[in-house]
Amino acid sequence: MELTSPTDFAKDKIIALQEYSVLAGNAVASLFARPRYFADMIQQADLIGFGSLPIVILTGFFTGAVLTLNSANSLERFGSLSLLGQLVSVGMVRELGPVLTGLMVAGRNSSGMASELGSMIVTEQIDAMRALGTDPMKKLVAPRVAATVFMLFFLSIISDLLGLVGGSAVASLLLGLDYRQYWSSAWQILKFQDVFMGLLKPVVFGFIISTVGCYYGMSAKGGTQGVGRATTQAVVTASVLILLVDFFITKFLMALFGYS
Amino acid sequence: MSTSAIPEPLPARPEAAPPVIVFDKVSIAFDDKPVLREVSFELEKGETKTIFGVAGAGKSTILKLALGLIKPDSGDIRVLGEDVTAMPEKDLFELRRKIGMVFQESALFDSLNVRDNVAFRLMEEGTASPEEIEKRVHEALSFVELENTVDLFPSELSGGMRRRVAIARAIITHPEVILYDSPTGGLDPVTSTTIIELIVKQRDVSGTSALLVTHRLQDAFVMASHYFDPQTGHMWPLNDDPTRKIPMTFLILRDGKVIFDGDVHQLAASRDEYIREYIS
Repeated sequence: MELTSPTDFAKDKIIALQEYSVLAGNAVASLFARPRYFADMIQQADLIGFGSLPIVILTGFFTGAVLTLNSANSLERFGSLSLLGQLVSVGMVRELGPVLTGLMVAGRNSSGMASELGSMIVTEQIDAMRALGTDPMKKLVAPRVAATVFMLFFLSIISDLLGLVGGSAVASLLLGLDYRQYWSSAWQILKFQDVFMGLLKPVVFGFIISTVGCYYGMSAKGGTQGVGRATTQAVVTASVLILLVDFFITKFLMALFGYS
Repeated sequence: MSTSAIPEPLPARPEAAPPVIVFDKVSIAFDDKPVLREVSFELEKGETKTIFGVAGAGKSTILKLALGLIKPDSGDIRVLGEDVTAMPEKDLFELRRKIGMVFQESALFDSLNVRDNVAFRLMEEGTASPEEIEKRVHEALSFVELENTVDLFPSELSGGMRRRVAIARAIITHPEVILYDSPTGGLDPVTSTTIIELIVKQRDVSGTSALLVTHRLQDAFVMASHYFDPQTGHMWPLNDDPTRKIPMTFLILRDGKVIFDGDVHQLAASRDEYIREYIS
């Protein structure tokens, strides 16, 4: 294996970061410039949003269910089982709903975008599109970014709700708790700040998923092997970035809202 | 192909028309490896210039440079009077609408059927009505004799059919110049002749200027020695007909430099050893 010097490695990473920033910036700028491809946006929204619905429902439901199981055990030790709904509610809405939905959609759609655009790059279809006078940034990237941001927002809400339903099912069916108490405590604990945090995250994650997927697709090199590599890198990078950015958003918003 | 029909000579072209494409000392390197070194040539209006060279000589790079898909490291490129080296990408999209390009492996959009592939440019422009688009798709596909494939997807077509659809896609807007990147590469001799006949047809019927990259010298010689007769719908050999002049030139690249740029007679008369070996 050929060794790369640290300088070249750093240079490559900085160039990649610069190229990614340019793509992300252009994608946003393209959303505000004509022509706008609404039909492509709707098609992508269907693929990303409706297509991801089954995995988001399953993930949300079982995350809420297992969170309830684990939390019930811990809370029981302190005699605070009545707080179960609150704990599941805050955990799902603020954190697990957006993050797990983001990770699921990253696995499904970041890879899909990278492989689709990567295949188009290696078969010269992107060059053909440019040669035909159409900007691939507007036609391919911008609709994917807009659709992912828009749909991940709603998918996260669905995931939050299904998580609470999963928790409720476990609480009432397995733990024998009153589901009305569960729902009322889950509802009452939520403040504007929690909901805001839970709704801001999917917007940021959707942007990360789509721009990372498109970036790796558009920079694919080296035939089918290159497309495979781009696909893997897209999922890994998007997933890691979601977890990293999640920490910083949480820390920032907690400081902003004065959480102790 | 026979010599029985002697059609009318092609109309004379205006002498003072500016060149369609001008390369002036264009150089480009990939990963510090020089691909083109100070390449200069002009493509006149109505002329077809075939570009030869061994694999990796930079033939396809010239076409991508002419379209502004890549930028040269140095030198100037003017296409239809516009300096593509200095143009921002958004202005290049306008210019590219006047240029047709047939890619090496066709580069058809595999998620679109033949109709949508051919109509892509018209639909993107958004000025033509659906009826107009349908009519022009039919015209373009009739030109390449593939009217019955409108609903098929590229994966359902043979290699030769894909090239013909790519030609239809390139000519649908009647571009002023067409760039062909190895249009017969990887095809059998019969299909290659069909493709060459289509290129000759486009050249002689529409008078379109063209840059054609190929490594098959025989294709270029067929193009230089045949004309298309719209009456019979076939191409015929010239047989030294003095009334007919084929506007065709040859450009040979070696190690990134132009070593020959001239017509078929100059090529045949060349004493350069490499060229003699290349054309033998």
